[in-house]
Amino acid sequence: MIVIVDYGMGNLCSVANAIRYLKQDVVISDKKEDIEGASHIILPGVGAFEDGISNLKKIGVIPIMEKEVLVNKKPFLGICLGMQMLADDGFEGGHFPGLGWMHGSVKKLDSRGTKLPHMGWNDVDIKKGESLFDELSEDKNFYFVHSYYLDCPEEYVIAWCEYGQKFAAAVRKENIFATQFHPEKSHVTGSIILKNFINFRG
Amino acid sequence: MLKKRLIPCLIIKDGLLVQSIGFRNYLSIGRLRFTVERFNEWDVDEVIIIDISATPEGRGPNFSMFSEVSKYCFVPTTIGGGIRNIGDIRGLLNVGADKVCINTEAIKNPEFITEASRIFGSQCIVISIDAKKSSEGSYEVFMNSGKEPTGMSPVEWARKVEDLGAGEIFLNSIDRDGMKNGYDTELIKLISDSVSIPVIACGGVGKMSDFPDAILKGNASAASASNIFQHSEHSTIKAKAAMKKSGIDVRISIPATYLGKDIEIL
Repeated sequence: MIVIVDYGMGNLCSVANAIRYLKQDVVISDKKEDIEGASHIILPGVGAFEDGISNLKKIGVIPIMEKEVLVNKKPFLGICLGMQMLADDGFEGGHFPGLGWMHGSVKKLDSRGTKLPHMGWNDVDIKKGESLFDELSEDKNFYFVHSYYLDCPEEYVIAWCEYGQKFAAAVRKENIFATQFHPEKSHVTGSIILKNFINFRG
Repeated sequence: MLKKRLIPCLIIKDGLLVQSIGFRNYLSIGRLRFTVERFNEWDVDEVIIIDISATPEGRGPNFSMFSEVSKYCFVPTTIGGGIRNIGDIRGLLNVGADKVCINTEAIKNPEFITEASRIFGSQCIVISIDAKKSSEGSYEVFMNSGKEPTGMSPVEWARKVEDLGAGEIFLNSIDRDGMKNGYDTELIKLISDSVSIPVIACGGVGKMSDFPDAILKGNASAASASNIFQHSEHSTIKAKAAMKKSGIDVRISIPATYLGKDIEIL
Protein backbone atom coordinates (compact mmCIF):
# COMPACT_ATOMS: atom_id res chain seq x y z
CA MET A 1 0.00 0.00 0.00
CA ILE A 2 1.40 3.35 -1.05
CA VAL A 3 0.83 6.04 1.54
CA ILE A 4 0.63 9.75 0.75
CA VAL A 5 1.34 11.68 3.93
CA ASP A 6 -1.44 14.13 4.72
CA TYR A 7 -0.04 17.08 6.64
CA GLY A 8 -2.60 19.54 5.35
CA MET A 9 -0.50 20.89 2.51
CA GLY A 10 -0.16 19.70 -1.01
CA ASN A 11 -2.33 18.52 -3.82
CA LEU A 12 -2.91 15.15 -2.20
CA CYS A 13 -5.88 14.37 -4.45
CA SER A 14 -3.88 14.90 -7.64
CA VAL A 15 -1.03 12.69 -6.46
CA ALA A 16 -3.47 9.96 -5.39
CA ASN A 17 -5.30 10.13 -8.73
CA ALA A 18 -2.03 9.78 -10.63
CA ILE A 19 -1.07 6.70 -8.59
CA ARG A 20 -4.52 5.15 -8.97
CA TYR A 21 -4.31 5.68 -12.73
CA LEU A 22 -1.28 3.36 -12.60
CA LYS A 23 -3.60 0.79 -10.96
CA GLN A 24 -1.86 0.89 -7.59
CA ASP A 25 -3.47 0.93 -4.17
CA VAL A 26 -2.91 4.22 -2.43
CA VAL A 27 -4.19 5.90 0.70
CA ILE A 28 -3.91 9.49 1.92
CA SER A 29 -3.21 9.42 5.63
CA ASP A 30 -1.76 11.17 8.67
CA LYS A 31 -1.87 8.02 10.81
CA LYS A 32 1.24 6.36 12.21
CA GLU A 33 -0.17 2.85 11.60
CA ASP A 34 -0.66 3.55 7.91
CA ILE A 35 2.86 4.93 7.48
CA GLU A 36 4.22 1.95 9.41
CA GLY A 37 2.46 -0.49 7.11
CA ALA A 38 3.26 1.33 3.88
CA SER A 39 5.21 -0.23 1.03
CA HIS A 40 6.10 3.24 -0.30
CA ILE A 41 5.78 6.69 1.27
CA ILE A 42 5.10 9.87 -0.70
CA LEU A 43 5.41 13.38 0.74
CA PRO A 44 3.85 15.95 -1.59
CA GLY A 45 3.82 19.66 -0.84
CA VAL A 46 2.67 23.03 -2.08
CA GLY A 47 3.39 26.09 0.03
CA ALA A 48 6.02 27.53 2.33
CA PHE A 49 8.89 25.65 3.99
CA GLU A 50 8.21 26.80 7.54
CA ASP A 51 4.51 25.90 7.34
CA GLY A 52 5.37 22.49 5.93
CA ILE A 53 7.78 21.53 8.71
CA SER A 54 5.48 22.98 11.34
CA ASN A 55 2.50 20.99 10.02
CA LEU A 56 4.51 17.76 9.94
CA LYS A 57 5.52 18.32 13.56
CA LYS A 58 1.93 19.09 14.54
CA ILE A 59 0.58 15.79 13.25
CA GLY A 60 3.49 13.99 14.87
CA VAL A 61 4.56 11.79 11.94
CA ILE A 62 8.23 12.72 11.71
CA PRO A 63 9.49 9.95 14.06
CA ILE A 64 7.58 7.19 12.27
CA MET A 65 8.65 8.53 8.87
CA GLU A 66 12.27 8.55 10.01
CA LYS A 67 11.96 4.98 11.26
CA GLU A 68 10.36 3.67 8.07
CA VAL A 69 12.51 5.65 5.63
CA LEU A 70 15.91 6.09 7.30
CA VAL A 71 16.02 2.80 9.25
CA ASN A 72 13.71 0.39 7.41
CA LYS A 73 14.74 1.88 4.05
CA LYS A 74 11.27 1.99 2.53
CA PRO A 75 11.07 3.75 -0.85
CA PHE A 76 10.28 7.42 -0.28
CA LEU A 77 9.35 10.16 -2.80
CA GLY A 78 9.26 13.85 -1.89
CA ILE A 79 7.54 16.21 -4.35
CA CYS A 80 8.21 19.95 -4.63
CA LEU A 81 7.96 21.23 -1.03
CA GLY A 82 8.29 17.57 -0.06
CA MET A 83 11.77 17.64 -1.62
CA GLN A 84 12.75 20.96 -0.10
CA MET A 85 11.84 19.89 3.43
CA LEU A 86 14.53 17.19 3.26
CA ALA A 87 17.15 19.94 3.60
CA ASP A 88 19.07 20.77 6.78
CA ASP A 89 17.48 24.21 6.72
CA GLY A 90 15.51 26.66 4.59
CA PHE A 91 15.65 30.39 4.00
CA GLU A 92 12.08 31.05 2.83
CA GLY A 93 10.64 33.90 4.88
CA GLY A 94 13.30 33.52 7.57
CA HIS A 95 15.66 30.73 8.64
CA PHE A 96 14.10 27.43 9.67
CA PRO A 97 15.34 23.87 10.29
CA GLY A 98 14.38 21.10 7.85
CA LEU A 99 14.27 17.33 8.24
CA GLY A 100 17.98 17.03 7.43
CA TRP A 101 17.63 13.82 5.39
CA MET A 102 19.25 15.14 2.23
CA HIS A 103 21.47 17.92 3.64
CA GLY A 104 21.90 21.32 2.07
CA SER A 105 19.75 24.42 2.26
CA VAL A 106 16.65 25.75 0.55
CA LYS A 107 17.34 29.07 -1.12
CA LYS A 108 15.53 31.48 -3.43
CA LEU A 109 16.13 30.96 -7.14
CA ASP A 110 18.33 33.57 -8.74
CA SER A 111 16.23 33.87 -11.84
CA ARG A 112 18.41 36.66 -13.30
CA GLY A 113 15.54 38.94 -14.20
CA THR A 114 13.08 36.30 -15.38
CA LYS A 115 9.86 36.18 -13.42
CA LEU A 116 9.31 34.08 -10.29
CA PRO A 117 7.84 31.61 -9.60
CA HIS A 118 9.45 29.29 -12.12
CA MET A 119 6.16 28.05 -13.52
CA GLY A 120 5.55 25.85 -16.53
CA TRP A 121 7.17 23.08 -18.55
CA ASN A 122 10.95 22.91 -18.54
CA ASP A 123 13.38 20.21 -19.62
CA VAL A 124 15.84 18.45 -17.34
CA ASP A 125 19.33 16.98 -17.74
CA ILE A 126 19.29 13.49 -16.37
CA LYS A 127 22.19 11.58 -14.79
CA LYS A 128 22.59 8.34 -16.72
CA GLY A 129 21.67 5.05 -15.16
CA GLU A 130 19.20 6.34 -12.60
CA SER A 131 16.23 4.01 -12.32
CA LEU A 132 13.80 6.84 -11.61
CA PHE A 133 14.24 7.96 -15.22
CA ASP A 134 14.14 4.55 -16.93
CA GLU A 135 12.25 4.34 -20.22
CA LEU A 136 11.80 8.06 -20.70
CA SER A 137 11.46 9.08 -24.35
CA GLU A 138 13.11 12.06 -26.06
CA ASP A 139 10.76 14.36 -24.15
CA LYS A 140 12.35 15.35 -20.83
CA ASN A 141 9.93 18.13 -19.91
CA PHE A 142 8.33 18.27 -16.51
CA TYR A 143 5.97 20.74 -14.84
CA PHE A 144 7.54 23.07 -12.30
CA VAL A 145 6.02 25.67 -10.01
CA HIS A 146 8.37 27.03 -7.34
CA SER A 147 10.45 30.01 -6.30
CA TYR A 148 12.91 28.15 -4.05
CA TYR A 149 15.25 25.25 -4.68
CA LEU A 150 17.29 22.69 -2.71
CA ASP A 151 20.99 23.46 -2.75
CA CYS A 152 22.39 20.09 -1.65
CA PRO A 153 25.65 18.13 -2.19
CA GLU A 154 26.06 17.38 -5.90
CA GLU A 155 26.48 13.65 -5.29
CA TYR A 156 22.74 13.45 -4.53
CA VAL A 157 21.58 15.27 -7.66
CA ILE A 158 20.19 12.97 -10.36
CA ALA A 159 18.68 15.63 -12.61
CA TRP A 160 19.38 19.30 -13.25
CA CYS A 161 17.16 22.07 -14.58
CA GLU A 162 17.90 25.61 -15.60
CA TYR A 163 15.89 28.78 -14.99
CA GLY A 164 18.16 31.77 -14.59
CA GLN A 165 20.48 29.39 -12.75
CA LYS A 166 21.09 25.65 -12.64
CA PHE A 167 19.32 23.86 -9.81
CA ALA A 168 18.52 20.30 -8.71
CA ALA A 169 15.40 18.99 -10.45
CA ALA A 170 15.63 15.61 -8.72
CA VAL A 171 17.75 14.07 -6.00
CA ARG A 172 18.36 10.62 -4.63
CA LYS A 173 20.02 9.13 -1.57
CA GLU A 174 19.60 5.32 -1.51
CA ASN A 175 15.86 4.74 -1.03
CA ILE A 176 15.04 8.44 -0.76
CA PHE A 177 13.95 10.08 -4.03
CA ALA A 178 12.69 13.61 -4.47
CA THR A 179 11.64 15.82 -7.37
CA GLN A 180 11.29 19.58 -7.55
CA PHE A 181 8.81 19.12 -10.43
CA HIS A 182 5.33 17.65 -10.08
CA PRO A 183 5.26 14.19 -11.66
CA GLU A 184 1.51 13.94 -11.00
CA LYS A 185 1.05 16.97 -13.26
CA SER A 186 3.72 16.09 -15.79
CA HIS A 187 1.56 14.02 -18.09
CA VAL A 188 3.35 11.13 -19.82
CA THR A 189 6.85 11.82 -18.50
CA GLY A 190 5.57 12.27 -14.96
CA SER A 191 3.65 9.04 -15.10
CA ILE A 192 6.84 7.17 -16.06
CA ILE A 193 8.64 8.66 -13.04
CA LEU A 194 5.85 7.51 -10.72
CA LYS A 195 5.85 4.03 -12.28
CA ASN A 196 9.63 3.75 -11.82
CA PHE A 197 9.34 4.87 -8.19
CA ILE A 198 6.65 2.28 -7.53
CA ASN A 199 8.83 -0.43 -9.11
CA PHE A 200 11.91 0.47 -7.03
CA ARG A 201 12.94 -2.47 -4.96
CA GLY A 202 16.00 -1.12 -3.14
CA MET B 1 14.13 26.42 -21.50
CA LEU B 2 10.67 27.27 -20.25
CA LYS B 3 8.26 26.23 -22.98
CA LYS B 4 5.36 28.04 -24.60
CA ARG B 5 2.12 26.23 -23.88
CA LEU B 6 -0.92 24.91 -25.72
CA ILE B 7 -4.03 25.00 -23.52
CA PRO B 8 -7.45 23.83 -24.72
CA CYS B 9 -10.33 25.70 -23.11
CA LEU B 10 -13.46 23.67 -22.40
CA ILE B 11 -16.69 25.60 -21.99
CA ILE B 12 -19.41 24.07 -19.84
CA LYS B 13 -22.96 25.33 -20.13
CA ASP B 14 -25.84 23.72 -18.22
CA GLY B 15 -23.58 20.82 -17.28
CA LEU B 16 -22.50 19.97 -20.82
CA LEU B 17 -19.49 20.74 -22.94
CA VAL B 18 -20.33 23.33 -25.63
CA GLN B 19 -18.84 25.22 -28.54
CA SER B 20 -19.14 28.97 -28.12
CA ILE B 21 -19.72 31.61 -30.80
CA GLY B 22 -19.47 35.30 -29.94
CA PHE B 23 -20.30 34.51 -26.30
CA ARG B 24 -23.94 34.22 -27.48
CA ASN B 25 -24.58 31.01 -29.37
CA TYR B 26 -23.72 27.61 -27.95
CA LEU B 27 -23.66 24.18 -29.61
CA SER B 28 -23.68 21.21 -27.31
CA ILE B 29 -20.89 18.65 -27.75
CA GLY B 30 -21.27 16.17 -24.97
CA ARG B 31 -19.73 15.10 -21.70
CA LEU B 32 -16.66 16.70 -20.23
CA ARG B 33 -14.92 13.55 -19.07
CA PHE B 34 -14.41 11.96 -22.48
CA THR B 35 -12.88 15.10 -23.95
CA VAL B 36 -10.50 15.46 -21.01
CA GLU B 37 -9.49 11.82 -21.35
CA ARG B 38 -8.78 12.29 -25.04
CA PHE B 39 -6.64 15.37 -24.45
CA ASN B 40 -4.72 13.46 -21.84
CA GLU B 41 -3.98 10.76 -24.44
CA TRP B 42 -2.87 13.38 -26.95
CA ASP B 43 -0.52 16.30 -26.37
CA VAL B 44 -1.71 19.14 -24.12
CA ASP B 45 0.21 21.26 -21.64
CA GLU B 46 -2.68 22.35 -19.44
CA VAL B 47 -6.46 22.43 -19.55
CA ILE B 48 -8.84 25.28 -18.71
CA ILE B 49 -12.46 24.47 -17.88
CA ILE B 50 -14.96 27.31 -17.53
CA ASP B 51 -18.54 26.84 -16.35
CA ILE B 52 -20.25 29.78 -18.01
CA SER B 53 -23.64 29.02 -16.48
CA ALA B 54 -22.54 29.63 -12.91
CA THR B 55 -22.39 33.45 -12.72
CA PRO B 56 -25.61 34.10 -14.71
CA GLU B 57 -27.36 31.58 -12.45
CA GLY B 58 -25.93 33.27 -9.36
CA ARG B 59 -24.29 30.10 -8.07
CA GLY B 60 -20.84 28.81 -7.26
CA PRO B 61 -18.79 26.03 -8.86
CA ASN B 62 -20.06 22.48 -9.49
CA PHE B 63 -17.54 20.61 -7.31
CA SER B 64 -18.72 17.10 -8.09
CA MET B 65 -18.38 17.58 -11.83
CA PHE B 66 -14.85 18.85 -11.42
CA SER B 67 -13.76 16.17 -8.98
CA GLU B 68 -14.38 13.63 -11.75
CA VAL B 69 -12.11 15.52 -14.15
CA SER B 70 -9.04 15.33 -11.94
CA LYS B 71 -9.18 11.53 -12.11
CA TYR B 72 -8.36 11.70 -15.83
CA CYS B 73 -6.27 14.80 -16.23
CA PHE B 74 -2.55 14.67 -15.51
CA VAL B 75 -1.60 18.13 -16.63
CA PRO B 76 -2.27 21.33 -14.67
CA THR B 77 -5.96 22.13 -14.65
CA THR B 78 -7.52 25.57 -14.25
CA ILE B 79 -11.17 25.74 -13.32
CA GLY B 80 -13.39 28.81 -13.51
CA GLY B 81 -16.96 29.96 -13.48
CA GLY B 82 -18.91 31.34 -10.55
CA ILE B 83 -16.01 31.73 -8.12
CA ARG B 84 -17.16 34.24 -5.54
CA ASN B 85 -15.18 33.65 -2.34
CA ILE B 86 -12.25 31.91 -0.64
CA GLY B 87 -14.40 28.86 0.12
CA ASP B 88 -15.12 28.35 -3.60
CA ILE B 89 -11.39 28.41 -4.35
CA ARG B 90 -10.53 26.05 -1.52
CA GLY B 91 -13.29 23.69 -2.64
CA LEU B 92 -11.96 23.56 -6.19
CA LEU B 93 -8.34 23.04 -5.12
CA ASN B 94 -9.51 20.24 -2.84
CA VAL B 95 -11.21 18.42 -5.71
CA GLY B 96 -8.09 18.56 -7.83
CA ALA B 97 -7.89 21.95 -9.52
CA ASP B 98 -4.36 23.35 -9.70
CA LYS B 99 -5.43 26.89 -10.50
CA VAL B 100 -8.68 28.81 -10.48
CA CYS B 101 -9.94 31.35 -12.98
CA ILE B 102 -11.88 34.36 -11.76
CA ASN B 103 -13.62 36.96 -13.91
CA THR B 104 -16.69 38.84 -12.70
CA GLU B 105 -16.02 38.64 -8.97
CA ALA B 106 -12.53 40.12 -9.46
CA ILE B 107 -14.04 43.12 -11.23
CA LYS B 108 -16.72 43.65 -8.59
CA ASN B 109 -14.30 43.12 -5.72
CA PRO B 110 -10.64 43.59 -6.72
CA GLU B 111 -9.35 42.97 -3.18
CA PHE B 112 -10.53 39.37 -3.63
CA ILE B 113 -7.54 38.85 -5.97
CA THR B 114 -5.11 39.96 -3.27
CA GLU B 115 -6.76 37.89 -0.56
CA ALA B 116 -6.86 34.79 -2.75
CA SER B 117 -3.23 35.07 -3.87
CA ARG B 118 -2.09 35.65 -0.29
CA ILE B 119 -3.87 32.50 0.95
CA PHE B 120 -3.27 30.14 -1.97
CA GLY B 121 -0.27 31.65 -3.74
CA SER B 122 -0.40 33.84 -6.85
CA GLN B 123 0.44 30.84 -9.05
CA CYS B 124 -3.05 29.51 -8.31
CA ILE B 125 -4.91 32.67 -9.34
CA VAL B 126 -5.72 33.26 -13.02
CA ILE B 127 -7.79 36.31 -13.89
CA SER B 128 -9.91 36.00 -16.99
CA ILE B 129 -10.37 39.16 -19.05
CA ASP B 130 -13.05 39.28 -21.77
CA ALA B 131 -12.60 42.18 -24.17
CA LYS B 132 -14.57 43.61 -27.05
CA LYS B 133 -13.64 46.27 -29.56
CA SER B 134 -15.90 49.33 -29.68
CA SER B 135 -16.95 51.13 -32.87
CA GLU B 136 -14.24 53.76 -32.18
CA GLY B 137 -11.60 51.02 -32.27
CA SER B 138 -10.70 50.92 -28.57
CA TYR B 139 -11.14 47.83 -26.40
CA GLU B 140 -13.42 47.48 -23.39
CA VAL B 141 -13.58 44.81 -20.65
CA PHE B 142 -16.92 43.01 -20.22
CA MET B 143 -18.09 40.88 -17.30
CA ASN B 144 -20.83 38.34 -16.55
CA SER B 145 -20.13 36.10 -19.53
CA GLY B 146 -19.57 39.07 -21.81
CA LYS B 147 -22.96 40.65 -21.10
CA GLU B 148 -22.09 43.71 -19.01
CA PRO B 149 -19.69 46.49 -20.04
CA THR B 150 -17.35 47.76 -17.34
CA GLY B 151 -16.00 50.95 -18.88
CA MET B 152 -12.43 49.73 -18.25
CA SER B 153 -9.73 49.26 -20.84
CA PRO B 154 -8.17 45.78 -20.80
CA VAL B 155 -4.67 47.28 -20.43
CA GLU B 156 -5.74 49.23 -17.35
CA TRP B 157 -7.43 46.17 -15.85
CA ALA B 158 -4.57 43.80 -16.74
CA ARG B 159 -2.01 46.03 -15.02
CA LYS B 160 -4.26 46.36 -12.00
CA VAL B 161 -4.77 42.58 -11.62
CA GLU B 162 -1.04 42.02 -11.82
CA ASP B 163 -0.48 44.58 -9.06
CA LEU B 164 -3.21 42.95 -6.98
CA GLY B 165 -1.45 39.57 -7.08
CA ALA B 166 -2.78 37.60 -10.05
CA GLY B 167 -0.44 34.90 -11.33
CA GLU B 168 -1.69 34.75 -14.94
CA ILE B 169 -4.19 36.39 -17.29
CA PHE B 170 -6.58 34.41 -19.48
CA LEU B 171 -7.45 36.83 -22.28
CA ASN B 172 -10.54 36.32 -24.44
CA SER B 173 -11.58 38.25 -27.50
CA ILE B 174 -15.38 38.36 -27.50
CA ASP B 175 -15.45 39.56 -31.13
CA ARG B 176 -13.28 36.71 -32.40
CA ASP B 177 -14.97 33.99 -30.32
CA GLY B 178 -16.14 31.23 -32.68
CA MET B 179 -15.48 33.32 -35.79
CA LYS B 180 -12.55 31.23 -37.05
CA ASN B 181 -10.80 34.32 -38.39
CA GLY B 182 -7.68 33.97 -36.28
CA TYR B 183 -6.58 35.56 -33.03
CA ASP B 184 -6.95 39.28 -32.34
CA THR B 185 -3.18 39.64 -32.20
CA GLU B 186 -3.44 43.41 -31.71
CA LEU B 187 -5.36 42.87 -28.45
CA ILE B 188 -3.09 40.04 -27.32
CA LYS B 189 0.08 42.04 -27.91
CA LEU B 190 -1.40 45.10 -26.17
CA ILE B 191 -1.95 43.06 -23.00
CA SER B 192 1.14 40.82 -23.17
CA ASP B 193 3.40 43.82 -23.56
CA SER B 194 1.80 45.69 -20.67
CA VAL B 195 2.25 43.05 -17.93
CA SER B 196 5.03 40.76 -16.79
CA ILE B 197 2.80 37.85 -15.75
CA PRO B 198 1.99 35.17 -18.37
CA VAL B 199 -0.90 35.81 -20.75
CA ILE B 200 -2.92 32.93 -22.17
CA ALA B 201 -4.60 34.05 -25.40
CA CYS B 202 -7.97 32.74 -26.55
CA GLY B 203 -10.63 33.44 -29.16
CA GLY B 204 -10.72 33.14 -32.94
CA VAL B 205 -8.68 30.12 -33.98
CA GLY B 206 -10.00 28.74 -37.27
CA LYS B 207 -7.14 26.60 -38.49
CA MET B 208 -4.03 25.02 -36.98
CA SER B 209 -1.73 27.58 -38.57
CA ASP B 210 -3.42 30.31 -36.46
CA PHE B 211 -1.86 29.00 -33.25
CA PRO B 212 1.66 30.38 -33.70
CA ASP B 213 0.25 33.93 -34.06
CA ALA B 214 -0.71 34.12 -30.39
CA ILE B 215 2.96 33.62 -29.49
CA LEU B 216 4.87 35.15 -32.39
CA LYS B 217 2.62 38.15 -33.09
CA GLY B 218 0.82 38.47 -29.76
CA ASN B 219 3.78 37.75 -27.45
CA ALA B 220 1.54 35.52 -25.33
CA SER B 221 3.01 32.76 -23.16
CA ALA B 222 0.33 30.29 -24.12
CA ALA B 223 -2.10 29.70 -26.97
CA SER B 224 -5.60 28.59 -26.11
CA ALA B 225 -8.67 27.73 -28.15
CA SER B 226 -11.91 25.98 -27.69
CA ASN B 227 -14.02 25.00 -30.70
CA ILE B 228 -11.24 23.77 -32.97
CA PHE B 229 -10.31 21.05 -30.52
CA GLN B 230 -13.69 19.37 -30.86
CA HIS B 231 -14.71 16.96 -33.64
CA SER B 232 -11.18 16.56 -34.88
CA GLU B 233 -8.84 13.64 -34.33
CA HIS B 234 -5.49 14.48 -32.76
CA SER B 235 -6.46 18.15 -32.75
CA THR B 236 -4.05 19.22 -30.02
CA ILE B 237 -1.23 17.18 -31.55
CA LYS B 238 -1.73 19.04 -34.84
CA ALA B 239 -1.83 22.38 -33.03
CA LYS B 240 1.52 21.55 -31.39
CA ALA B 241 2.96 20.62 -34.77
CA ALA B 242 1.90 24.00 -36.16
CA MET B 243 3.57 25.79 -33.26
CA LYS B 244 6.75 23.72 -33.45
CA LYS B 245 7.08 24.21 -37.19
CA SER B 246 6.91 27.98 -36.68
CA GLY B 247 9.95 27.76 -34.47
CA ILE B 248 8.17 28.02 -31.12
CA ASP B 249 9.76 26.06 -28.26
CA VAL B 250 6.94 23.73 -27.25
CA ARG B 251 6.88 20.40 -25.50
CA ILE B 252 6.21 17.44 -27.79
CA SER B 253 5.26 14.55 -25.57
CA ILE B 254 4.13 11.69 -27.80
CA PRO B 255 5.50 9.90 -30.86
CA ALA B 256 2.66 10.95 -33.22
CA THR B 257 3.75 14.48 -34.02
CA TYR B 258 2.63 15.42 -37.58
CA LEU B 259 5.91 17.24 -37.86
CA GLY B 260 6.57 15.78 -41.28
CA LYS B 261 3.25 17.01 -42.61
CA ASP B 262 2.14 20.21 -44.33
CA ILE B 263 0.32 22.12 -41.60
CA GLU B 264 -2.02 23.81 -44.11
CA ILE B 265 -3.80 20.54 -44.62
CA LEU B 266 -4.12 19.68 -40.93
